[in-house]
Amino acid sequence: MSLELKNVEKKIGLDTHIYSTNLKLEKNTINILLGSTLAGKTTLMQIMAGLDKPTSGEIWFNNENVTGMKVQKRNVSMVYQQFINYPNFTVYDNIASPLKITGVSSDETKQRVGKVAELLKLSGMLNKKPNELSGGQQQRTALARALVKDSDLILLDEPLANLDFKLREELREELPKLFENRDCIVVYATTEPSEALLLGGNTATLQEGKIIQYGKTLDTYNKPNSLVSAQVFSDPPMNIAKIKKSGEQCSFLQNDIHWKTKLNIKDGEYKVGIRPHNITTYKDGNNTLEIKGKVLISEISGSESLIHFTNGNLNWVSLSNGVFQKNVGDEMSLYMNTDEFVYFDQNERLVSNG
Amino acid sequence: MNKTVNQKAWFFVIPVFVLVAFNAIIPLMTVVNYAFQETFGNNVFMWEGTRWFKQIMLSERFHASLGRQFLFTFIILFIQIPLGIAIALTMPKEGIGVPVCLVLMSMPLLIPWNVVGAMWNIFALPDIGFLGHSLNALGFDYNFTQQIGDAWFTTILMDVWHWTSLVVLLSYAGLRSIQPAYYQAAEIDGASRWAIFTKIELPKMKKVLTIAILLRFMDSFMIYTEPFVLTGGGPGNATAFLSIDLVKMALGQFDLGPAAAMSLIYFFIVLLVCWVFYTLMMRNEEKS
Repeated sequence: MSLELKNVEKKIGLDTHIYSTNLKLEKNTINILLGSTLAGKTTLMQIMAGLDKPTSGEIWFNNENVTGMKVQKRNVSMVYQQFINYPNFTVYDNIASPLKITGVSSDETKQRVGKVAELLKLSGMLNKKPNELSGGQQQRTALARALVKDSDLILLDEPLANLDFKLREELREELPKLFENRDCIVVYATTEPSEALLLGGNTATLQEGKIIQYGKTLDTYNKPNSLVSAQVFSDPPMNIAKIKKSGEQCSFLQNDIHWKTKLNIKDGEYKVGIRPHNITTYKDGNNTLEIKGKVLISEISGSESLIHFTNGNLNWVSLSNGVFQKNVGDEMSLYMNTDEFVYFDQNERLVSNG
Repeated sequence: MNKTVNQKAWFFVIPVFVLVAFNAIIPLMTVVNYAFQETFGNNVFMWEGTRWFKQIMLSERFHASLGRQFLFTFIILFIQIPLGIAIALTMPKEGIGVPVCLVLMSMPLLIPWNVVGAMWNIFALPDIGFLGHSLNALGFDYNFTQQIGDAWFTTILMDVWHWTSLVVLLSYAGLRSIQPAYYQAAEIDGASRWAIFTKIELPKMKKVLTIAILLRFMDSFMIYTEPFVLTGGGPGNATAFLSIDLVKMALGQFDLGPAAAMSLIYFFIVLLVCWVFYTLMMRNEEKS
């Protein structure tokens, strides 16, 4: 089983929403479409599902051309950012609705709905209506509807975006389990890099209607093929600085901080990307390169501290574990691990990481 | 916490209180005053207790006009609500057609009520009116000034023409607020057009439809100007709805006491029906 997009392109009027895209998704995989709002995630999913036709190009499913085939014939299911359920059906009837239309016997329906409801912790509320449920339960119902019918393709379009923090964390941890041992292809759109890392599988980074990189999630994260891909897959945004390399000596262009590198690349100017969590407020292990800065903003989120600081003309963001209270304007030292630097050439293509 | 006590804020309420007093409470109290007393002019009043109320409640004339009123309101709701929803469903969802349709739909709502009555009166005249003349030319024996059925037909047609747009506009707003994802989800399920209408569109339109039905109930139950200009309540009393009958009694016969009692009963019927209807429609909503 595989889903393949061949030179798929989508234009609306003069606007190109999806640039020519080639992508092959294999069975039993979770594939994450990672990109900011308007990157084209939803459009791409609708084309995959058959809810929308590509302007040009073809979609192949199991070696069959399904371009333009109606969605009803495609055995797909979809979960949306909004909690989409039939408003005056009970939870049971909502979950059973895809089965009823395909004519599954009532005994089997009962059994399958029961199983999915248990998996999604909805067993106690099968007789309730969607508007009597919390947002999290409504989205669980929508998920159950998508899972109950053994689709070949399950599409999830930012399913956690409208949930509050606690519920999001809770459901996020359950999601990988839900898709285990399913004979299907899962496509999951999100704006959050942490969600992609948690779900594993494969990740495609998207920007402005283009797939920048597609591969195993950790590979995409660790070896971004370009600065754009690295930025899409980094939250808070990656710090970017221009550097100069000469022999083993590297230094920032904006200040005289320098370090040694064993990288086998030509001398010249490069850009380095430094993930915020690789800049810490304390010297720790390999975090040895010191940078002095003045605090611009300091926020504490959960058990992490986010510090925006400035050094010369450059603004930096650091994310460290632990809670640190800093005042705006404080002078402080921060530490970086030069092994974690990602080097890009002048065209913003990856040269080397670490 | 020490709360500051400052009763001066009440002064801000005074203008509203005065306004409401002049346009609602004082006129209403005048009516209440008339409803319990007999007057012969010169500001001389005699206490009558509930006599006028008993008289109205037992009056066949009141029963007849109340019956006509309910029948009329029921018929126009039965036509306008489904017709309004149907038109809203067929209206374009994007492009230049949207503003064109919206403006065309609002036109009847902008015409003053007496003009509507006069328009339809001339339009339906059997000898020179376009509608009346055409119907007669087609072989129908149509004369709304003399035949009861024709008078009702014309009054209902006029009301449908005048007010269906309101239901259309409300339903259209309700339909536009349904997120496209609902339609996609239904498409994925393979739901039929009818299923989409009954399982998604109708439940999602419930609130605006409740408002539409309430507004149309109240307006049609209190209808006066249009039938007054069109038929004057005739032929005979065939289209004398409650308010037409009330005005006849109050200003035609100068029976101020019974007329005042009748307007209070009229008022309570409208209030009661609206309350019962709204409570029933919203009963399930409040549970959540």
